[in-house]
Amino acid sequence: MKRVGVFLCWCGSNIAGTVDVSRVAEKVRLLPGVVYVEENKYTCSEPGQASIMKAIKEHDLERVVVASCSPRLHEPTFRRTLEAAGMNPYHLEMANIREHCSWVHTDREEATAKAFDIVRMAVAKALRNEALQPGRISIEKKALVLGGGIAGIQAALDIADAGHQVILVEREPTIGGRMAQFDKTFPTLDCSSCILTPKMVDCAKHPNITLYTYSELEKVEGYIGNFNVTIRKKARGVDEALCTGCGLCQTKCPVKVDSEFDVGVGKRKAIYTPFPQAVPNKPVIDKENCRYHKTGKCRICERVCEAKAIRFDQEDTIFEEKVGAIVVATGFDLFDLEAYGEYGYGLYPDVISSLQFERLINASGPTEGKIRRPSDQEVPQSVAFVLCVGSRDDQKGVSYCSRACCMYSVKHATQYREKVKDGRAFVFYMDIRTPGKAYEEFYRRSSVDYGVEYIRGRPSKIYQKGKKLVVRAEDTLLGRPVEVEVDMVVLAPAMVPKHDAARMAQTLGVSYDGYGFLNEAHPKLRPVETNTAGIYLAGACQGPKDIPDTVAQASAAGAKVVALFSQDELTTEPMVARVDEALCSGCLWCKPVCPYKAIEAKTVTERVAGRTVTREVASVNVGLCQGCGACTVACRDGAMNLAGYTNDQVLAEVDDLLADLRPACGQR
Amino acid sequence: MTEEPLRYAYYPGCSLHSTAREYDLSMKVVARAAGVELLEIPDWNCCGASSAHVTDPFLGFALPGRVLALAEEMGLDVVAPCAACYGRLAAAREEAARHPDYVRRLEKATGRRLSGSSRVWNVLEWLSQERVSAAVREALKRPLEGLAVAPYYGCLLVRPPKVTRFDDPERPVTMDRILETIGAVPVDFAFKTECCGASLGISRTDLVSELSGRILAAAADAGAEAVAVACPLCQTNLDSRQEAAGLRQGRTFDLPVYYITQLVGLALGASARELGLGRHLVDAMSLLREKKLA
Amino acid sequence: MSTQTAPALVLKSGPEAKAFLAEVDAMAATQVEACYQCGKCSGGCPLSYAMDYQPRQIMRLVQMGLREEALRSRTIWICATCYTCTARCPRDIDIAGVMDALRVKALRRGLRPAERNVGVFHQVFLDYVRCLGRSYELGLMLVYKLRTLRLTEDLLLGLKMFKRGKLAVRPEASRGRDEVLAIFREAAAGDAGAAAGGATGGTGAEAAGPAGGTRSGEAKGGGAR
Repeated sequence: MKRVGVFLCWCGSNIAGTVDVSRVAEKVRLLPGVVYVEENKYTCSEPGQASIMKAIKEHDLERVVVASCSPRLHEPTFRRTLEAAGMNPYHLEMANIREHCSWVHTDREEATAKAFDIVRMAVAKALRNEALQPGRISIEKKALVLGGGIAGIQAALDIADAGHQVILVEREPTIGGRMAQFDKTFPTLDCSSCILTPKMVDCAKHPNITLYTYSELEKVEGYIGNFNVTIRKKARGVDEALCTGCGLCQTKCPVKVDSEFDVGVGKRKAIYTPFPQAVPNKPVIDKENCRYHKTGKCRICERVCEAKAIRFDQEDTIFEEKVGAIVVATGFDLFDLEAYGEYGYGLYPDVISSLQFERLINASGPTEGKIRRPSDQEVPQSVAFVLCVGSRDDQKGVSYCSRACCMYSVKHATQYREKVKDGRAFVFYMDIRTPGKAYEEFYRRSSVDYGVEYIRGRPSKIYQKGKKLVVRAEDTLLGRPVEVEVDMVVLAPAMVPKHDAARMAQTLGVSYDGYGFLNEAHPKLRPVETNTAGIYLAGACQGPKDIPDTVAQASAAGAKVVALFSQDELTTEPMVARVDEALCSGCLWCKPVCPYKAIEAKTVTERVAGRTVTREVASVNVGLCQGCGACTVACRDGAMNLAGYTNDQVLAEVDDLLADLRPACGQR
Repeated sequence: MTEEPLRYAYYPGCSLHSTAREYDLSMKVVARAAGVELLEIPDWNCCGASSAHVTDPFLGFALPGRVLALAEEMGLDVVAPCAACYGRLAAAREEAARHPDYVRRLEKATGRRLSGSSRVWNVLEWLSQERVSAAVREALKRPLEGLAVAPYYGCLLVRPPKVTRFDDPERPVTMDRILETIGAVPVDFAFKTECCGASLGISRTDLVSELSGRILAAAADAGAEAVAVACPLCQTNLDSRQEAAGLRQGRTFDLPVYYITQLVGLALGASARELGLGRHLVDAMSLLREKKLA
Repeated sequence: MSTQTAPALVLKSGPEAKAFLAEVDAMAATQVEACYQCGKCSGGCPLSYAMDYQPRQIMRLVQMGLREEALRSRTIWICATCYTCTARCPRDIDIAGVMDALRVKALRRGLRPAERNVGVFHQVFLDYVRCLGRSYELGLMLVYKLRTLRLTEDLLLGLKMFKRGKLAVRPEASRGRDEVLAIFREAAAGDAGAAAGGATGGTGAEAAGPAGGTRSGEAKGGGAR
């Protein structure tokens, strides 16, 4: 029998507060195979790990069981410890007595008994653990960045600056994203365009960056270091190589429609660039509104184009690329404000969204920065800014805080007061959240220097009365219902996942939360990685964020990619499925249950009773396999085994747990 | 869809037998014209209105619960024209699912079983269902052309939304659509679903005058010539307190307050008498005569 | 607002402060502790202008276990149960349901409703329902006016309504009134049980109150005498 050492962790009071660790230790000592037991206050600490290494040497340990937290947290830590002590890291077995026991129970007796059961199972399995060797795969040192907003731009530039190739794919006709729509940025009030557009140009000019705008990701196959991605480049209707970006086509196009970029407060043509500083500065034809596409007549743009770049019959092109890493920076959408019937958005023209306000105060926006309300183009003499529309609302919206709205609404109110000297700005808020560098100071200035008025209360109803809008709320600091008549209302919508975030996540094979935000691998310690190796997150696709946080996360994702690309080969997790071809009947039930498309059929040739026969068996692509074990459950023949979690090892745990119950069953 | 006539258990509630007789009359006129059978629930009792549920939760459940049980015995869905009755019945049906002990106690007291099999319809749902609205459209004799009506929904048709599950609680449109069907002009106004003060109409008349005044002012300012309601309490408050409400708002209102069924009945060609139009406190006839609708 | 004599409101720090919150939560099948005091309920409440505590403040009183203040407030009797608050609450609290729970608790406790006339109205209303199985509007108005000594208020209006046949002279009784009476009795018995044993609605806290509050189901619970 192998010599097992068991290390029981108190985790401060996290475990010891509920589980009597010493009593568990006493009982564990008696288990077969256990030759050494030790308790530690923090096993993961430096002295804790040193003590494991020492015990391995002094007691000739062949297997190690650490009873502490979830393996998701510290399995890699303790594997390294074993390796440092010269032991195969897969001789480690983790017993999770924290998340699975102490954190979820209150009764000390029962928790202690359960903790012992968890540890004894781990010991039973550890006795059967085998040495595993990681594999090696090559890395394609080229990255795909999805989304050309500030997050994607930053990540692409960081990776490209480190000397690696980057493909930047953007769905819209231009890169720039949301930030390109903004006028100024908090808390410094520096011009958004002034800090963004140079980066956009850098992207376009960077020798290591290939830009695909008006393009979408269609398909992803492969695995870390070796992804095959399929990209659809949508037909622009314009030959980008010929187009000089002179803009004459846009001037002459006779069709005017609401501009998406101006969120409905401005117009664009049917052939258009979303804004003058677009990158690339090449227009697209909006086929749904183009007169020629609709009626077969017009072709004015074609006539006026001196470069002869118009291509009405251009088709989508689809191509494949091989990349080693993917950064997802697909951004966010805004909450549908019409869900709040009581606020009248969509009914009253002067109830607008914060993004629309952003366009109204933008010097390059439809009003050239003059604040004019939509209904009659007059300058509003009073504006109410309403926070948390959709945010922090369990009933009609989303439960979370959108994090940026307080600050940008403070900014909006400040900007309004700057532009309309006698105007009154009311901010209806529940809490003004300013947890960022120089944020609180900015908030203070808004009231002290700019005279913004804050009313603590979530408005209950907004309705029109003549030319005014009445905002009804309780001033919760006065404890009285109040009505404020204003000329315009600006609603701050919650930041929500992109409408197709779930589909994007499925295409990529990464997980997402109940709202549709993409999940990071660990909320604290792995904030930019996903659970799928080689795919990283940047910006608001992972959760609501302001610009500073987005840029920080984008650079972090870039650094992760660069770190990956700093190696020539990658070690792979050896805990993958293996097929015992002798047992496999070739039914391939395992194939459809595999979420990673890692199982294929293969033909084997064998000699049976002197004759050569060929038959189909399952075959696992170890590069794709993530070791989830679904195939082992589906396999009727018991031919599929997950290394590190073989049927034999798992059943040993179960047998050990049931050992005490067996006599009782027998008596029945 | 079957060709059998639509049949409903009819729960008039107390008001439709007294203050709101004209609602009862016009319900029956519309039902007859639309080919719907309304079978009045035998031996029905009061739903307890707001008084029961503010006094005792079981009482608030069991009074409407008994009515629901009676409807179940008839094997029919219930239509309850009074918004308050509708609200109580719908709430009782929800509570029955949540409180098996209440259901047992109701059975103990009355010997009647309650399973929740009968659905509860408010008058707007009932009028706007495909077969009824199609029948109304077909039988239309006198479209109410040019009559600008503010559809006032009040509280209990749309709230609480988890119980009523009917229309948009903030911007309902069902009554607007019905008014369009009969040729009238629905006037959108911001106080469609504000409360009129409900049962405070007797105990705190000052509050009801204030609340009703705000509603009437919003309707009048939006250009309405009349108000349509689907609740006897709303009608009583807006109609009988209109003078006092005007005093509080410093203006005079002259807005007849019709039950939606009266307007539908009118469009179907029923006479003012059949629809009880003479029973209103704010003259309900002059406007109609002026518009050549009666 | 309540008058304050001590320099500070002394908040009970023992577990009993939580009991009131738990009782109200259970009765209203909601979670008042979720309230983050945004005031959306009170901003939209059509009657908040006439209340002594804003609905938001009632939630706060319940959160802090301030039973007396909540049960003796006028607010709970001015609330017309229009459910605007419930429909809009971003924390999905059934605020109107909480108002119901507080009214029931006040009555079970034998407290006289702070809005006396409202209490009398409900009581007279239910008296008729208990006797007839149905309400009787003319009788309700007359008895209410007598009980509240508001004889002249609405006299003219009443006459007008009477003339238009809006007030039936004779009360209408339901043939199911025996069953209705049985429902009232069951409600009263249930209250007694709740007060004694702490059944579903609330724990026995009200039982400690004067009168034991067991008679509400008998429609005398208006307690307004």
